[in-house]
Amino acid sequence: MSRADRRRAGVSPDPVEVTVGPNRRAENLVLVLLAGTVVGALAFIVFYFAYPDTQLLGLCLGLALVAMGLAFAVAGKRIVPQEKATEDYQDYGDPEVQEEVVELVDGGGAGVSRRRLLIGTAGAAGATVGGAALLPLASMGPGVGDYLSVTPWKPGRRLVDSEGAPLKPEDVEVGTFRLAFPEGASRSELGSSLNVLKEPVENLQVAEELVKVMPEGVMAYSRICPHAGCAVATYRYPLYEPTFGEPPALVCPCHYSTFDVRQGGKLTFGPAGRDLPILPLGLNAERELIALGDFLDRIGPSWSRVRGGPDSPLEPAGGGG
Amino acid sequence: MLRGSVRWIDERLGLGPTLRTAMRYVFPDHWSFMLGEIALYAFIVLVGTGVFMTFYYVPTDAVTTYRGAYEPLAGLIASENFISTVRLSFDVPGGLLMRQTHHWAANVFIVAIIVHLARVVYTGAFRKPREINYFIGVSMLGLGLFDAFTGYMLPDDLLSGMGLIIAYAVGLGIPLVGEDLMFLAFDGPFPGSDALWNRLEVTHVLLVPMILAALIGLHLWIIARQHHTQFSSGSDEEARAKSEKQLVGSPMWPAYALRSLGLMGLVVGFLFLLGGLVQINPVWLWGPYEPYLASNGAQPDWYLGWLIGALRLMPAFEPQIGDLTVVPNAFWGGALFPVVVFAVFYLLPVIDKRFFGDGRKHNVLDRPRDNPRRTAFLTAFFFWIWLTFVAGATDQVFLRMRIPYEAQVWFFRFVAVLGPFAVYFIVRRWAEELRERDVHPLRGWNGRLVRRDPVMGGFVTLDGGQDGAVVPEEDVAAHEPDVAGSREERATAAPPGPDGA
Repeated sequence: MSRADRRRAGVSPDPVEVTVGPNRRAENLVLVLLAGTVVGALAFIVFYFAYPDTQLLGLCLGLALVAMGLAFAVAGKRIVPQEKATEDYQDYGDPEVQEEVVELVDGGGAGVSRRRLLIGTAGAAGATVGGAALLPLASMGPGVGDYLSVTPWKPGRRLVDSEGAPLKPEDVEVGTFRLAFPEGASRSELGSSLNVLKEPVENLQVAEELVKVMPEGVMAYSRICPHAGCAVATYRYPLYEPTFGEPPALVCPCHYSTFDVRQGGKLTFGPAGRDLPILPLGLNAERELIALGDFLDRIGPSWSRVRGGPDSPLEPAGGGG
Repeated sequence: MLRGSVRWIDERLGLGPTLRTAMRYVFPDHWSFMLGEIALYAFIVLVGTGVFMTFYYVPTDAVTTYRGAYEPLAGLIASENFISTVRLSFDVPGGLLMRQTHHWAANVFIVAIIVHLARVVYTGAFRKPREINYFIGVSMLGLGLFDAFTGYMLPDDLLSGMGLIIAYAVGLGIPLVGEDLMFLAFDGPFPGSDALWNRLEVTHVLLVPMILAALIGLHLWIIARQHHTQFSSGSDEEARAKSEKQLVGSPMWPAYALRSLGLMGLVVGFLFLLGGLVQINPVWLWGPYEPYLASNGAQPDWYLGWLIGALRLMPAFEPQIGDLTVVPNAFWGGALFPVVVFAVFYLLPVIDKRFFGDGRKHNVLDRPRDNPRRTAFLTAFFFWIWLTFVAGATDQVFLRMRIPYEAQVWFFRFVAVLGPFAVYFIVRRWAEELRERDVHPLRGWNGRLVRRDPVMGGFVTLDGGQDGAVVPEEDVAAHEPDVAGSREERATAAPPGPDGA
């Protein structure tokens, strides 16, 4: 009797055994499927030794398992006895037993004179010993200290490109951006990497003091987005006439915080809570780009003390620590 | 031999009665009760393939050189995390199959849990007496997401690194204590010390899977103790009362055990087919991560899409008191949003009891339409999450379809606030009408038969047309002619009886 037949006949909810008589066709199908499993598994073994190609291995093992699954499913539906069984739901919750348990627990403290004091002290003992045992977790990392305020940048440090060569203003073209690092320092710290760009000085819409730290219109921003710390690795510089009006902007590819480079990294769109920090630049005697100090704001994703501190916005901070 | 084995075990452990009960244990027959099993079988694959990978993965960012079979990366100097993942993929026979199958299994594991969860909440299976198992299930979803994320970090490729820095930023954003917590987790400021990689690996392969395994055991034990829920055997009160007391279905042995084993074969088989034939996370194309690298249009695994979307939709807002930044922005989308979502799931039994239900014990499930307000609430809630998830793809939409990014974000911000209310009212109305008419939304005849009156003009509504039965002529004659002047009137006049509209 097929499922559809049974549905038409109306399935009784009573425990009625619907015996499936010998179903030779289903048995044959299961035999073929199980044989397929054997073939697939053997092929997997052969390919594993002879030609361990990922696609072939996956195909053999996958098909073998799918065939096995189908075999079991067909057997479960067409070969073995089909049964409608019933089982009563247990209705838990016996008030008498609950009361007994309460009395047993309560009875454990019979005859004790200062019960509450003892229980309270035991609780305190448990809490202290637990707290003490967990304390070593504090060894997992250092205290925050000044770590989040320190970057490798200090006055006079040269900017170098990915190859380690010093950068000069003429290496930076308008409309593109260069990735730069502090010479001789780790590149993996969030405070290291920079986006260096150039804009004609007359386009800059920043305070006079800031223009001074953008020699020949070359400016450096932290490459790390102040939102979630991704590398700000895209630069939107309109070359298509209808979009000429849009100012050039550094855009973070993770959550699309957008920073107007002409306005000193001001946030114009997206979730970042702060503007992109500027690294004040100058030129040394060889006309190479150098840092005049640390970033004007703290870099990296925000934390509770990311603002303020000893740094004043227009005065190169010298590290904040 | 069979008799001998049974006697051997029963004489030693007295398991005879237990086995007898277990084999007669009844499972309800509805297909939707097998969704959780898919997650279970995916978990088994995860453990199996995962153990294989731990034999090769090296959890350190100490730098090494790749000298393996994959030509394009020959001589690459990168962290051991990354190089050992590439070696596992190209230089270990079957290694890539195991790695890709593991990744696919993680995806299927999460999908199956979410679909299973949807079934449980829409049918009210979480109600008394099954709240404990519901809490365990929601916890397993949270742990599963967390474990999938830590696994995604381990190869230290470009996408994992971008995920790791975002997680770090979200952690830093926890008000007042964020930086302390992150310094403990990462052993210093990002990118942390080498210890981070031991911690990530132990978390991914030992801590979370152990908790998950324990919870799975508990989940199954509680199901066995309480039995499955079931749908009512009929729509009348008598059938409902009977279904409330007695479970009907197939016994464990032989039919259900074979079907479940069949499902296991299919799940595991499909996962290996996917792992062998469909590429996933080719880390050798992304390359190793450095904090100054990022790629445009990068997408995390889909199960993190809702968090990416929330991070993107949140406007630039960082409340301050003096110099103190009280809530850094990444906290809103990356931490508060998922906390709210999980809080709603955890509180659902309480919300349901207060607003949609009755607080009594229930073994019989509701169909979604049986409780229109619960169904509408859940759909609005899922819509809210889904919309945020879609918002996580705004960059892809921008890159592929050139719809301006900013316009999309404003659109999604708007819909995220107003959309759930619209969804609530639409779904509530829909469920109420379905409940009244008692027809399947996707199956069978759903309309009304009308016949034009040849003499009077106008239309006669032939009732009883729901199952497509042909209405005898005399029934037609018995109906009052339903003269309808306009299309609108006909539409509103069509459902007879007490119309909820």
